[in-house]
Amino acid sequence: MTARISRRGLLGGGLVAGAATAIPTVADAAPDPLITRVQDWASTLGDGVDAVPYGMPTEHEKHVVRRNVGWLTADTVSSVNFTPIHALDGTITPQGCAFERHHSGAIDVRKQDWRLLINGLVDTPMVFTYGDLERFPRVNRVCFCECAANTGMEWAGAQLNSAQFTHGMVHNMEYSGVPLRTLLEEAGLGAAGAVAGKWVYVEGADASSNGRSLPLEKALDDVLVAFKANGEALRKEHGYPVRLVVPGWEGNLWVKWLRRVEVLAVPVESREETSKYTDTLADGTSRKWTWVMDAKSVITSPSPQSPIAHGAGPLVITGLAWSGHGRITRVDVSRDGGINWETARLAAPGQDRALTRFYLDTTWNGEEMLLQSRAIDETGYVQPTKRQLREVRGLNSIYHNNCIQTWHVRADGMTENVEVS
Amino acid sequence: MWKCPELVVVAALLLASPVLASDRFGLGRPALPEEIAAWDVDILPDGTGLPRGRGTVAVGEELFSEKCAVCHGDFAEGVDNWPELAGGLDTLADEDPVKTVGSYWPYLSTVWDYVNRSMPYGAAQTLEPDEVYAIVAYILYSNDLVDEEFELGHETFREIELPNADGFIVDDRPVTEYAAWRGEPCMHDCKDAVAITMRATVLDVTPQDEGTDTAPAVAAAPVAVPAAVAPPDPALVSTGKKVFRKCKACHTVGDDRRNRIGPTLSGVFGRRMGDVEGFRYSKVFRQAAEEGRVWDDAEMAGFLANPRRYLKGTKMVFAGLRKDADIEAVIAYIRSEGG
Repeated sequence: MTARISRRGLLGGGLVAGAATAIPTVADAAPDPLITRVQDWASTLGDGVDAVPYGMPTEHEKHVVRRNVGWLTADTVSSVNFTPIHALDGTITPQGCAFERHHSGAIDVRKQDWRLLINGLVDTPMVFTYGDLERFPRVNRVCFCECAANTGMEWAGAQLNSAQFTHGMVHNMEYSGVPLRTLLEEAGLGAAGAVAGKWVYVEGADASSNGRSLPLEKALDDVLVAFKANGEALRKEHGYPVRLVVPGWEGNLWVKWLRRVEVLAVPVESREETSKYTDTLADGTSRKWTWVMDAKSVITSPSPQSPIAHGAGPLVITGLAWSGHGRITRVDVSRDGGINWETARLAAPGQDRALTRFYLDTTWNGEEMLLQSRAIDETGYVQPTKRQLREVRGLNSIYHNNCIQTWHVRADGMTENVEVS
Repeated sequence: MWKCPELVVVAALLLASPVLASDRFGLGRPALPEEIAAWDVDILPDGTGLPRGRGTVAVGEELFSEKCAVCHGDFAEGVDNWPELAGGLDTLADEDPVKTVGSYWPYLSTVWDYVNRSMPYGAAQTLEPDEVYAIVAYILYSNDLVDEEFELGHETFREIELPNADGFIVDDRPVTEYAAWRGEPCMHDCKDAVAITMRATVLDVTPQDEGTDTAPAVAAAPVAVPAAVAPPDPALVSTGKKVFRKCKACHTVGDDRRNRIGPTLSGVFGRRMGDVEGFRYSKVFRQAAEEGRVWDDAEMAGFLANPRRYLKGTKMVFAGLRKDADIEAVIAYIRSEGG
C-alpha cells in the first residue's frame, strides 16, 4: 500500500524500484556506456534559440505539477490545488506550480480593463488604472502565502499520503507592488480620523468578490498592491493583473483581481470572514479574525512522494519553515518521532514572513525513522504538536493547523504520513 | 518682509491645502458617484447599504427552486459537496458540526450581501433586490426561523437575529496558545516511547494520478457518426470557444466527461435529451427523454436562444445567447470537441 502513490506514477518511472540498489562501485562495475559511448546529444544538434519563446519545464519534470483532491470540493471552479513542494528546492515557488484557490474560477482581466476604486472614509474617493499604479513608488518583498486551510484535512488524523496534499497550500514569491498605504494616502485619510478601530474592506473583481475586512493598521503597515511576482506579471490564476499581498496573514485575505478598497468604521462580516475562515472550538464557539499564520514547518524530502531511493549512506533531509509573526530562527529535526531532536542547518538566515529552507545533512543506515520537524520563530514560538493543538481547539477548527508532521520512513526507504503517540 | 510676491502666493496655497501637493502624487482621478454606487454594494451587519425592497417566502421558494436548488437542493439541504444552507441547529459542538445559515452564520446581512453579490453560481449579480429579499426569506424559512407567510423587506431586516450571533469570539491565540508555546523546547529524551497511532494509507483517500478519481463519471454513449462530416470552420470554432466561456462554469466537453452543475456536453449531439447517467435532470428533461427527443443543431439552437422558454422548467439558470452567430459558433465548437 505504501508504495502506491509512487508506483502509480507520481514520481515518474522507475525511481522507486531502485530503492535498495546502491550505485556501482569502481571495483565491480562495467564501464558506464553513458560515458564510454558517444551519445546522440553529444553529436547532433539541439534546439535553436527560438524553439521556445517562453520556456516551460522539460518533459522529464512533467510530474512536478499542481494536483487537486477531487473529493474535497464540489467543483474545480470553486476549489484548491496544491504546490508540489516535495519536488522543489530553495524557497521561491515558480508561479506555474504555485497552488491556486478560486471561489468562482480564475478570471481573465486585461491590464487596460483593470480599475481600482478606493472609497469609504477617505477625503476623495479615487479610481486608479494599471498605468497609474506603475507610477507610484514601488517596493519588492518576498512573502509566503499560505491558505488557512493548509493541513486542514489532517485535524482528525493522518489522512493524505503526500506532502503536496498535506502542506502544499503554500507558495513563496518575490512581489513587486505599491504599498496600499500609498494609495490610501493618495485618497486621503483625514476623513477616517483615528486609525485604531478602523477597517478596510478589500474585494476582487471576480464573481465571488471574496471580500474581506482588515484592520486599517495592517493596511497601513505592510500590505502591498502587487502586480509582479518573481519578476514577471502575475499569472491569471494568482490574480492578474493585480492582487493584494498581506504578509504573514492567511491566503484568503490576499484578494486576487483586486478592484476595490473601502475604508470603514466597522468590519463588513462578509461570507468569507463569518461562515468560512472562522475556527470552531470543541465547545461549539468559534474564533473569528484569526488572520496570522503561526510558525510551521514540514520535511519535503524524504516524504511519501519523495522516498529514499538511494539506499544507505549519505542522506539529505530537507524541508520548509515559515512564520506569520516574523523570521524563522531555528528548525529542529527528530528521527524518532519526537524523543530526541537535532538542530538543522538553515540554507540562509530566515527572512521576515517568507519561506526558509532547512537541511539536515546526515547518514542513513537503513533504519526505520519517524521524521519530524519543528520550527521556532523570532518571537520564541515553538511549532506545536497535533496533541497540543487539539487540547486547545478540539478537532473541528479546519483552519490554522500548524502541527508537527510525522513521516514514517521504512527500511526500504518508502515513506508514509502517520500520526504518532 | 517677502520680497517676491510669487513666493507669498505659493506659501499661502500650501497652508490652505495641507494634505495636498507634497505628500500626494496627483495620480488617478476622483471616482464618480455612479461608479461608487455600482461597486460599493456591501451590506453591513446593521443593514447599512440595503436597497429598498421586499420578498416573500413563497416567491423565494420559486426563485430558489429555479436558481439555487441545482446546487443547494430544493430544501437548501445541499446537493453532493455543495453547501447546505439549512439545518444543523445545535450541532456545532458535535463530532461533525453542520454549519448552515441557521446554525452558524452570525449575521443576516452576510446572507443578503453574498446572494446579491455572488450568487447564483455562474450568474452572479443578476438578481433584483426584491428577488434577493425573497431568496433570503426562503433560506430563513428553510431554517425554521420564520413561518411561511413571512415577508422580508428593508424595514423588517433588522428585526431578524440569527441563532449563532453570539457564537464567535475574537482570536484569542495570544492568550490561549502563544503564552504557553514560547520558550526553549526539549531536545533529548522528550518522551518515553513513540508508537504509530494512525496511517494515511489505511484511510486510502489520497488521489492517484492514474486512479479512478479522474475517471469519467459518464460512459460515452455510442453515437452514430455520419459517414461524411464537413470539416469545421476554424474561425467559427475559435469564436465558439470564446462563447463557450459562458457555458464552461457548468458544462464539460471534450475528454473531460464529468458532470458538473450541468451535464457533460461530451457526445451531446446525437444523444437523447436528459440521458446523461448520474445527472439529476429537471422534470422537463425527463419528459423529453421519454419522448425520445434527440439533441441536434436545431434543438440546441432553440434551447440556447432562450433555455427557459424552450424547455420550460429547466434548472439551467443561463439566460440564453442573443446572437444567432454566437449560437452557430458555440455549436461548431462543441461539435469540434467531440460534442
